[in-house]
Amino acid sequence: MTAEATKETREKEPVEREAFLNVFLRNLWSSNSVTITVLSIVLAVIIGAVLIVVSDSTVLEKFTYFTARPADALDASWTLISSAYSDLLKGALGDPEAFNAWFSGTGTWQDAFAPLSETLTYAAPLVFTGLSVSLAFRGGLFNIGAQGQAVLGCIAAGVAGFTFGLPIVLNLLVALIAGALGGALWGFLPGLLKARTGAHEVITTIMLNYTAGLFLAWLVIQKGIQQPGRTDAISKVVADSAQLPSFGGVLRVNLGIVLAVLVTAGVAWLLNRSAFGFELRAVGANPHAAKTAGISVAKTYTLLMAVAGGLAGLGGATQVLGTAYALTPSVAGNIGFDGLLVALLGRNRPWGTLLAALLFGVLRAGGNRMQSFTGISLELVNVLQALIVIFIAAPALVKAIFQLRAARTTAKG
Amino acid sequence: MLWIVHQAFPTSGEIPLKLELRGITKRFGDLVANDHIDITVEPGEVHALLGENGAGKSTLMNQLYGLLQPDEGQIVVNDEPQVFRSPRDAIASGIGMVHQHFMLVPVFTVAENIALGAEETRGGPLGWLDRRRARRDVIETSKKFGLPVDPDALIEDLPVGAQQRVEIVKALTRDVDLLILDEPTAVLTPQETDELLAVMRSLTEMGKSIVFITHKLKEVKKIADRITVVRRGKIVGTASPDTSEDELAALMVGRAVSLEVAKGPADPGRAVLQVSGLVVDDDRGIRAVDGVDLEVRAGEVLGIAGVQGNGQTELVEAVMGLREVRAGTVELDGEGLAGMSTKKILRSGVGYVPEDRSHDGVVKEFSVAENLVLDMYDREPFGNAFRLDVAKVAGNAKERVEQFDIRTQSAASAVGTLSGGNQQKVVIAREMSRPLRLFIASQPTRGVDVGSIEFIHGQIIHERDQGTAVLVVSSELDEVVGLADRIAVMYRGRILAVVSPDTPREEIGLLMAGITGGNEEKK
Repeated sequence: MTAEATKETREKEPVEREAFLNVFLRNLWSSNSVTITVLSIVLAVIIGAVLIVVSDSTVLEKFTYFTARPADALDASWTLISSAYSDLLKGALGDPEAFNAWFSGTGTWQDAFAPLSETLTYAAPLVFTGLSVSLAFRGGLFNIGAQGQAVLGCIAAGVAGFTFGLPIVLNLLVALIAGALGGALWGFLPGLLKARTGAHEVITTIMLNYTAGLFLAWLVIQKGIQQPGRTDAISKVVADSAQLPSFGGVLRVNLGIVLAVLVTAGVAWLLNRSAFGFELRAVGANPHAAKTAGISVAKTYTLLMAVAGGLAGLGGATQVLGTAYALTPSVAGNIGFDGLLVALLGRNRPWGTLLAALLFGVLRAGGNRMQSFTGISLELVNVLQALIVIFIAAPALVKAIFQLRAARTTAKG
Repeated sequence: MLWIVHQAFPTSGEIPLKLELRGITKRFGDLVANDHIDITVEPGEVHALLGENGAGKSTLMNQLYGLLQPDEGQIVVNDEPQVFRSPRDAIASGIGMVHQHFMLVPVFTVAENIALGAEETRGGPLGWLDRRRARRDVIETSKKFGLPVDPDALIEDLPVGAQQRVEIVKALTRDVDLLILDEPTAVLTPQETDELLAVMRSLTEMGKSIVFITHKLKEVKKIADRITVVRRGKIVGTASPDTSEDELAALMVGRAVSLEVAKGPADPGRAVLQVSGLVVDDDRGIRAVDGVDLEVRAGEVLGIAGVQGNGQTELVEAVMGLREVRAGTVELDGEGLAGMSTKKILRSGVGYVPEDRSHDGVVKEFSVAENLVLDMYDREPFGNAFRLDVAKVAGNAKERVEQFDIRTQSAASAVGTLSGGNQQKVVIAREMSRPLRLFIASQPTRGVDVGSIEFIHGQIIHERDQGTAVLVVSSELDEVVGLADRIAVMYRGRILAVVSPDTPREEIGLLMAGITGGNEEKK
């Protein structure tokens, strides 16, 4: 509605540039979802800054004589906060010094781009799991099972990657498809249970998360799976031809992020331009009306969960084929659960989800540098992520803090 | 079932309340929802506020009840200007409101619901809930005003009429002297409506005043002492109850409206829909349709009359494949429909307007354009099994919006932003824009304003005249009589009789109450 209103203004009054700008700015500052998201991030960063200061004993000490010499405490706080956050950005997007070194010939371009590479590497699997949760949510389902689906994706992709020994390209393709199918199976089951018996997908997907995790832990120590000569829980390494191509060296970024962007475009098309997308949005918004109009709600739920599972499975596959190369009990990390947060931050829209995953990648990659350079615990990144999500989940709080105008309301009467 | 009215109860000690609204203005952005409204409600009168959906009636009452604050103007109670920041302030000044959609907790008992928000406790504010006292208060109030409610019944077990009574009792226990009733009859059966009107009468006799918001002309004429007509946020006139329905409708809509359905004689052809021995259960597994036989012919309207809840909903849902057929057959031109999917039934030339528009008819978050293809989205020209042709969907919407006079900002607006009448037009437009053999409409004009009713009725007759078999289900007898060429009266899951629309109303009314006898014409 905002976009429409501004477009109309532009078409009707091309002369009044200023009026248009005013309308644009007013709408920007009213409480639409983009503003809330950005402000949530800002708030989280501010609170994060407080936490950084509070958790540093030397800076805290200076606050004991704050009334006598306030400049001391403020200076120290500012130095700490700014170095922490600048390390975060340097670690995520790139260090100007590394670029200088590259230009002056004392460093390599790989070193300059290494931080960005890390960000994209962390983001890629989250794009897939985020899309999985987003898509399911648009169809009215809470897919808490992205974690389990991603684990199944890891297993299927990994096993396919070191078993078949197919030629180049084909091997990677088969492994990716196996990953998607593994995840799809883990999504299909709760979808079918929901459609047939009405079992709530939140419960069944949570249960299947445990099942998938325990299955993986058992599988990696089985004969034929476990790496020969190893006694710890690790599987064979996937064949080179099944690995997602990357630059090598410090640049871990691989084809996964390209796939992620393509799949985001695919999901956007699916949602808005396909018959299935229409069905799932109708079922998500009003299942009764969808049923009355002849859409099979049960079929939609089942298919939707399989597709969502497939997306999460692809996320698991990129993890194994792109960075881990071998299965371990924790190979999937936390990508499924982080996918929930990514979807929430991305407002359940495909491109929003992609951006949210990139932000999470920034926090992860930058957090590593922040920990080693400024000595701030990596846990702060988790806290930041959690704070962002809390603020987004409580828009009224953000509105109150920033005194936002209420979004344009329509009259009722 | 009549209300026991204790008129003898002393009304002394209660100060009658006189309410004045002076120049109330409320704007939402550029839209003026209320434009300098002046109304005076005298003690002990029923003041009807008449207007179409979206005329600004509810906005005005929400300001009076403290849910909204006016931009300009004053609310004056007993010659003292008041500012209501919340319903609490309004109640303190003696103003109570019963909303169109009840604000009750379904799993609480009647007494608990009534106490909610003004709980009595023993032992300070954090003490025990005084349930006994809550119960006693309910019984007392219900006796005093002749509103029988069972304090221990759970809300979810009560019929809609009884729930509304609970809402009224709840308002009365707060000692209010002016009661706002927002579209109270929209959800009631004819009998429940009559009961409610009797209660309103007895309340005014006890000195309470009532603001009655509605768009139903008959009720206004029956109960109101004074009528204020609102159109597009302005008062366009005041009228006395003697004013004719046609005049009131014209005031309300802003042009002359025909309340009669204009139609020529029917020309019935082959039997299109044949239902025989149909047995259907409701959601709780209780028999709702118990051996129904009926037939709808091409080019005629068969109306099903009956008090709501006598199996009409289940009958129609079974025909549409939305509910399991326990026994019997449903045939469309000789082809069995039982066991067929709803999609297939719709696509074999059946149009269906469900009775609960917002629940089953439209997806409110979807645009008008999307709602117009809700059951044809995966078919040429709108798309196929995989692809959706967004341009074609938009083009179709443009055409339908014009053809069916759907009042919307644009075809891309969410249907939820439209008025009830226009939402219904979206459903009707969708279902009528393909070649039909059978058209089924349940409660086609429920919650629809007078202007749109006229239009929708015209469309239904137009469909009939094109040779479509039409089945209309309505709990409004006027509507059935106006539209139908034959009327089937349904009672407790059975068709009691099929009569001609010329049959005296009283006779049909008796049949609706399950009383047979007399000269019924068996079909």
